[in-house]
Amino acid sequence: MAVTRLLDQQALAGATKLPEAFARWFGERGWAPRAHQLDLLARAQGGASVLLIAPTGAGKTLAGFLPSLTDLAERPKRKPGELHRGVHTLYISPLKALAVDIHRNLGRPVEEMKLDIAIETRTGDTPAHKRQRQKTAPPDILLTTPEQLALLIASGDADRLFAGLKYVVLDELHSLVTSKRGHLLSLGLARLRRFVPGLKTIGLSATVAEPDELRRWLVPQNPPGLMAELITVQGGAKPVITILDSQERVPWAGHSARYAIGEIYEAIKDHRTTLLFVNTRSQAEFLFQELWRVNEDTLPIALHHGSLDVTQRRRVENAMEANALRAVVATSTLDLGIDWGDVDLVIHVGAPKGASRLAQRIGRSNHRMDEPSRAILVPANRFEVLECRAAIEANYLGAQDTPPLLEGALDVLAQHVMGMACAAPFDEAVLLQEVRTAAPYAHLDEDTFARVVDFVATGGYALKSYERYARIRKTKEGLWRVSHPRYAQQYRLNVGTIVESPTLNVRMTRQRSRGGNAAGGPALGKIEEYFLETLTPGDTFLFAGKILRFEGIRENECYVSNAPGQDAKVPVYAGGKFPLSTYLAAEVRAMLADPERWNRLPEQVAEWLSIQKDKSMLPRAGDLLVETFPRGNRHYMVAYAFEGRLAHQTLGMLLTRRLERAGAHPLGFVATDYALAIWAHDDMGTMFKGGRLPLSDLFDEDMLGDDLDAWLAESWLLKRTFRACATISGLIEKRHPGQEKTGRQMTVSADLIYDVLRTHDPDHILLRATRADAAAGLLDVSRLADMLSRIRGRIVHKQLERISPLAVPVMLEIGKERVKGEADEMLLSEAEDDLVHEAMGY
Amino acid sequence: MNVAADMRSFTTRAGEIAIADEVALCDPRGALFFPDSRVLVVSDLHLEKGSAYARRGQLLPPYDTGATLDLLAAVIAEHRPATIISLGDSFHDGWGAERMPQSYRERLLALMTGREWIWVAGNHDPDAPVGLPGMVAGEIALGRLRFRHEPLTGAEPGEIAGHLHPGAVIVQRGRAVRRRCFATDGERLVMPAFGAYTGTLNVLDRAYRGLFRWETFFAHMLGADRVYAMAHRRLRGG
Repeated sequence: MAVTRLLDQQALAGATKLPEAFARWFGERGWAPRAHQLDLLARAQGGASVLLIAPTGAGKTLAGFLPSLTDLAERPKRKPGELHRGVHTLYISPLKALAVDIHRNLGRPVEEMKLDIAIETRTGDTPAHKRQRQKTAPPDILLTTPEQLALLIASGDADRLFAGLKYVVLDELHSLVTSKRGHLLSLGLARLRRFVPGLKTIGLSATVAEPDELRRWLVPQNPPGLMAELITVQGGAKPVITILDSQERVPWAGHSARYAIGEIYEAIKDHRTTLLFVNTRSQAEFLFQELWRVNEDTLPIALHHGSLDVTQRRRVENAMEANALRAVVATSTLDLGIDWGDVDLVIHVGAPKGASRLAQRIGRSNHRMDEPSRAILVPANRFEVLECRAAIEANYLGAQDTPPLLEGALDVLAQHVMGMACAAPFDEAVLLQEVRTAAPYAHLDEDTFARVVDFVATGGYALKSYERYARIRKTKEGLWRVSHPRYAQQYRLNVGTIVESPTLNVRMTRQRSRGGNAAGGPALGKIEEYFLETLTPGDTFLFAGKILRFEGIRENECYVSNAPGQDAKVPVYAGGKFPLSTYLAAEVRAMLADPERWNRLPEQVAEWLSIQKDKSMLPRAGDLLVETFPRGNRHYMVAYAFEGRLAHQTLGMLLTRRLERAGAHPLGFVATDYALAIWAHDDMGTMFKGGRLPLSDLFDEDMLGDDLDAWLAESWLLKRTFRACATISGLIEKRHPGQEKTGRQMTVSADLIYDVLRTHDPDHILLRATRADAAAGLLDVSRLADMLSRIRGRIVHKQLERISPLAVPVMLEIGKERVKGEADEMLLSEAEDDLVHEAMGY
Repeated sequence: MNVAADMRSFTTRAGEIAIADEVALCDPRGALFFPDSRVLVVSDLHLEKGSAYARRGQLLPPYDTGATLDLLAAVIAEHRPATIISLGDSFHDGWGAERMPQSYRERLLALMTGREWIWVAGNHDPDAPVGLPGMVAGEIALGRLRFRHEPLTGAEPGEIAGHLHPGAVIVQRGRAVRRRCFATDGERLVMPAFGAYTGTLNVLDRAYRGLFRWETFFAHMLGADRVYAMAHRRLRGG
């Protein structure tokens, strides 16, 4: 939050409203609070909850804490022997690291003003004895996470702990509200409001598309529609964003951006400190490795991602704060508002996928409002060039494409209901009322809530055979109470909404240490089990910035040794975590359709588009272009829908089913963010043209009915979603370190439970929650539906003799999901050249 | 994502194998059938596992017994065995047979009617299931074949056992595929677990050490409608 950078001459006049100590503190430094900081203070003092929307570097965090700090400063001292007063202000952030960072930054002014205010953090890393002490002697300001709040309110003495609560400060609210953690937090807030009806909330957020959604989120929805007050701070200087103007050939496909390494390295050399953002962990590892390959000046370049061991991450963060690094390669772990030293350049490698996300990341450089941020976008392939261009224009236009908020998830609600029973016996109707004051659950109906409570009690099955095993039971007075203390213990161990795929610790050892003592080396971090499963001892891979040799798995740890100088397999690039936003997709389509805009594109990309225009065509902005062509002994169809990989994957599954029924004998498909390619035995082009299978029928919206249901039921996507829902709702337990040893044959896997439940109780509440999740998250069904209705009557079919230039990128993805070593790399590169020659007619 | 899934391997006709020279069929649902003697073997049904978890507060769907019996009914309908051997751990615990809902009990009794039924004792259910007919045995001998729940290291050829819940993993095109399997080297065989909620233990785990000759070993992995035979060298750990 950079208290040391609050200089704002124009707002000096307002300083009078502050208590003496604060005014003096600002004055001594020749500073003044900003207008929005005072505005927020005044409104909060007047009893309002407030949403503050401001760009990075606007002094947002100090604004959020001013009401608390001034209130606490003027409070009479606690007399010796007087009872502890409980928590005054609760600060909640999505990241542990953020809580730690705020602690550091808030501590400074408090100390300098000699304020008697106790500030402490409480996260999963806080030792048990400290957590215990925090309950008996709580700090004035407690900095914590949604999970810790859930645990605190699930204990019997929560009402006492929070009786004196005045403020809840919610940082990075725009990021919290879009996830299940946000749902959990909203329910926690609802409970806090029951303890303290006049509780004031202060939400801090980056710019969002729909501020009103966040305003509702901050206040009880009683009646529905109530909103917090809003203060908006306009953005400071416009960022200066450019696309890397590469002298190298921009590749047709792929995500590595290897072509640009030299130019990226030059940019790092030209700046003080550079933050390099990538979309996935494997990209981060790859980029880091490649940069060190060319790092002739041995610049201090570091790596930071969420799978690394925590001590490694802290080391990088501290070096960053001390300005000891020239560059950090990072994934989204550094996305949020953490203030890391003097960054003067952000390089984004790969497409940003959303304009709001890009704005956030770029905000990391020049962390002050009045100087422009500098950023360079490095597209990894040609479609990404278009996407980067669209994102730049959006950023200049201030376009926002944050995802819409979802209805409160039922698995989260089940977890909360159990937590509330752990706190104290509850009345169902009263709890429902409380839950409905949380914005995501404002429209929860009574019947659904009853089913969730039934689920918590006995599993909620149509076959009522578990009455005697109920985890919560109704007392004579009609209150639900926990039937055994061990269920409360179970709840505490499983709280939270983050369900990670199973991971193993990665530990260093000596190479080929046979039999005996393999342990003892340092831990490097955690890596997903599904990736390790594909390795054979002797295989090499990139992790923690090193080339490692896989030695084997023992006792649930993965042992590796150093393998410098060897070529490494790269962990599978599973595609971007984030789908292309609807807004950017529309922009890319518009750009394709408008040759006038091509002159802002690099020459080689503009050339690619104009040859496409010659050889095939470019669709108009609202049209869907479908190309068909033969290649080898197969027939291909490529649809350029630009709706993101998830929606394309769903579309691919559904179209393949239909083509199968129509007798086209489809063989497979591949989806990218931009296009979908399906290949088949039979000539689909002729089927479309000849009327045997009109395209309008193939793309008819009714595919979202029975076909979708039938496919969904079988889909592994749904199984994966079910696992998360089952864990969050408490049906199955999280895996805890040390428990894995019980062996696979003893645990009941979520997949098996899913199969049984789907066959025997298809209307179960948990399956309902699973379907809702999958439709929104993994399948992008609503987006697909919008697309199908948009393109009705606007499908343009082009039957070609051979592959078109636009089709090359998606065709190169076929069979490319796995990297298998050097020979395969060579074959791929040969194949790539063939396709290019064919398409461009060189 | 490329969906052209493909598991390149070879298989014997319809999962036909020989154990100590006795011909048997590996049914992809996880049952072993000896056509000559019309004996059907299933192992590790773990009936009422769901309710066993529920007793401890984990309320798994109570349909696992039903699902397992459905599958068993289908296998019986196809092979029409004269004798059925349930090779131990038929119930998840000693009280399972008592806990079993009446409707399930009736379905099980219907399956048992008209054929010889042998409950081999397992470590989860060392005693006879309460209130159910059928013969109870610690071990069964049929010609050269020996049926027992837990495999013995150094056992004579012809041992058919369960207990370990064998599973196998192969990696193809960079993707790991994990399935239940019949584990056999031609001399002896470990049955896959049949129950709806039963997990697997990789055949490369140390628990299998000393049981098989790997040179002649095959994991017959259960597919949707056939089994796939994988030699030892194709298998992965984990």
